[in-house]
Amino acid sequence: MKIVVCIKQVPEGLDVKVDPETKRIVREGVKSIINPYDLYAIEEGIRLKERFGGQTWVISMGPPQAETAIREAISMGIDNGVLLSDKKFAGSDTLATSYTLSLGIKKIGDVDIIICGRETLDGSTGQVGPGIAVHLGIPYITYVSKIVDIKENKIETIRLMEDHYEVVKTNLPVLITVVKEINQPRIPSLKNMLRAKKIEIPIWNAEMLGGDQSLFGQEGSPTKVIDVWTQEIKKEGRKVEGEPQEMAEEILKELKKLGVL
Amino acid sequence: MGIKVIYEKCNLCKKCIEKCPFVSIEIKDNKIFINEKCTLCGLCVKICPEKALLKEEKEKEKIDLSQFKGIWFFAEAKDGGISSVSYEMLSAAKKLKEKLNEEICGVCFGKNIKDKVINLIRKGADKVYLIDDDVFCEFKEEVYADALSYLIKKYKPNIVIAAATMIGRSFIPAVSVKVKTGLTADCTDVDIDEKTGLLIQTRPTFGGNLMAKIICEKHRPQMATIRPKIFEQAKDQENTKGEIIEEKVEFKIEDRLNICGKQRIENVVDLQEAEIIVSGGRGLKEGKNFDIIKELADLLNAAVGASRAAVDSGWIGYPHQVGQTGKTVKPKIYIACGISGAIQHLAGMQTSDYIIAINKDPDAPIFKVANLGVVGDLFEVLPILIKKIKEGGK
Ligand SMILES: Cc1cc2nc3c(=O)[nH]c(=O)nc-3n(C[C@H](O)[C@H](O)[C@H](O)COP(=O)(O)OP(=O)(O)OC[C@H]3O[C@@H](n4cnc5c(N)ncnc54)[C@H](O)[C@@H]3O)c2cc1C
Ligand SMILES: Nc1ncnc2c1ncn2[C@@H]1O[C@H](COP(=O)(O)O)[C@@H](O)[C@H]1O
Repeated sequence: MKIVVCIKQVPEGLDVKVDPETKRIVREGVKSIINPYDLYAIEEGIRLKERFGGQTWVISMGPPQAETAIREAISMGIDNGVLLSDKKFAGSDTLATSYTLSLGIKKIGDVDIIICGRETLDGSTGQVGPGIAVHLGIPYITYVSKIVDIKENKIETIRLMEDHYEVVKTNLPVLITVVKEINQPRIPSLKNMLRAKKIEIPIWNAEMLGGDQSLFGQEGSPTKVIDVWTQEIKKEGRKVEGEPQEMAEEILKELKKLGVL
Repeated sequence: MGIKVIYEKCNLCKKCIEKCPFVSIEIKDNKIFINEKCTLCGLCVKICPEKALLKEEKEKEKIDLSQFKGIWFFAEAKDGGISSVSYEMLSAAKKLKEKLNEEICGVCFGKNIKDKVINLIRKGADKVYLIDDDVFCEFKEEVYADALSYLIKKYKPNIVIAAATMIGRSFIPAVSVKVKTGLTADCTDVDIDEKTGLLIQTRPTFGGNLMAKIICEKHRPQMATIRPKIFEQAKDQENTKGEIIEEKVEFKIEDRLNICGKQRIENVVDLQEAEIIVSGGRGLKEGKNFDIIKELADLLNAAVGASRAAVDSGWIGYPHQVGQTGKTVKPKIYIACGISGAIQHLAGMQTSDYIIAINKDPDAPIFKVANLGVVGDLFEVLPILIKKIKEGGK
């Protein structure tokens, strides 16, 4: 079985700091990490190989430094990695990103399962996974919280909806997006860390991917960001301190004011 | 393609370097250089006083945009009715209609829901496209995507919006790829630019700390998913005269998913629809202490939420988790009990209308977003509060 995990490198943390004068996001000293959701995807990829055998890949589209993310995934236990990188990919929205990744996955070839994270920290759209599946013409299942079984080319999963779980079955090849509940990502092992250090990570550019070159990057991206700003959520709150009795009274008063009681 | 520097005009004032949100401009060999972090946002082009920066754009074959008309919203059928978020989407559509003056059309898929769909018309939809068919009994992303793409290709709407629920977020991305247009996720506002008539889509990223305005200029329809609980539900209107247009499944459907079994999650945690949420964190000390949270939630008719620490300790299931790796919620009232307010938790709840926090540490970050911050021990305060509510009755 061939398993491909899609990962993205993102800046660590949510508190993007902005210089109040220049309005610029401060990135100096901010570490890049694997998108937290993608760790669950990587872990599930490794577990599938452990359960059913086969070969695991990670793929990422991004600037050259995204290679570190791929090496991190390999140090967790993924077999191979490939980076899709080209200036032509700059400015990609989710349509262009999913197209580019789908070409990369086709180039890897004969893939049975593609695993994506639920969403990214910076994009947070959750659109790339379903997009890849449509470009590849394969079925997809979102919010998977468990892979029950894979046999005879069929996969059985449990997926999480707002207020219920569902058992969903389909045929391979398939793309799934996974939620945190699915597993607990492992810590890299020394052996794999050494392997990750040495392994060669191929970089595929636009030309090597082929496809319709006008669908890459900004040109292939229908959406356009026209403004960005940071927002600080401030509440005109009040803080109260005192005896439990008084405190309960305060909350009660507030709930009444809010029309709840 | 890219940002071009016209070196003759550039006087190295560095304003572009200062303003670039992505740190993608640097000076190399005494010249402005755009590195690979550039996302082509174009801010530098806008602010350069010397007009020394240019965005190169290739002329695309023009799609005739004028043939796309109408503001569509997707209405989710749920438990034999129309879900409440659908009426929020209708409100958003009405807001757009004020400036755009195009027809509002609802789209609904389901089984035996014709008599429910009429409510959309009562509340202001000019038309509803309804497909009533057995294939829609279960939610399957492929089937829904095929059906909506078919209707979009047939009727060519200008705008399509849907709620950013698990359903919307699961199948709308596939629709946008099938009809080859852009899609903006999780918008917290939509509006029409009065000059261009374009849909302005505002959305948060980085847990709401960074906001962006996004447009889709040259592709149609302009598509967006909108967070629940941003728009009020549309209300009944007088003199409505909309029509329901029934469509048949006369198009190709890929139906490769098999749903075989469902399991409800205990004490309904549709957190995204809840008006009130009572949440517990590590401050509860033990799993069984969630009973206090559940009791208060029951009294207030509220849903139960949790911090990741509480979920990871195994005190309550993951579907209850609020925050960056859990759910994003925006209830009218959010009551945080024994939650420190780590940024990842705040990311999922800080836009709630009213936040009450109970924490014994006066310096807990949760107090920064709380409207009412109660410094106190939850094991002392909550039981008294529960008793008082019971005594006072509703
Ligand atoms: C990639 C990533 C993703 C994450 N995603 C999420 C997420 O989605 N959601 C999330 O919640 N977290 C998330 N976290 C974890 C987050 O950083 C915090 O660790 C977590 O929110 C802490 O939960 P807590 O507030 O319950 O626990 P703590 O931080 O331990 O806080 C417990 C609080 O309870 C108070 N307390 C203790 N006893 C009492 C008492 N008797 N009465 C009153 N107050 C009391 C304490 O003063 C303290 O402030 C994520 C972290 C990472 C790295
Ligand atoms: N540039 C990328 N390279 C590889 N995988 C990606 C990339 N962007 C998104 N993904 C995958 O798609 C998922 C959803 O991303 P998003 O749509 O940006 O929220 C992520 O969790 C990744 O698995």
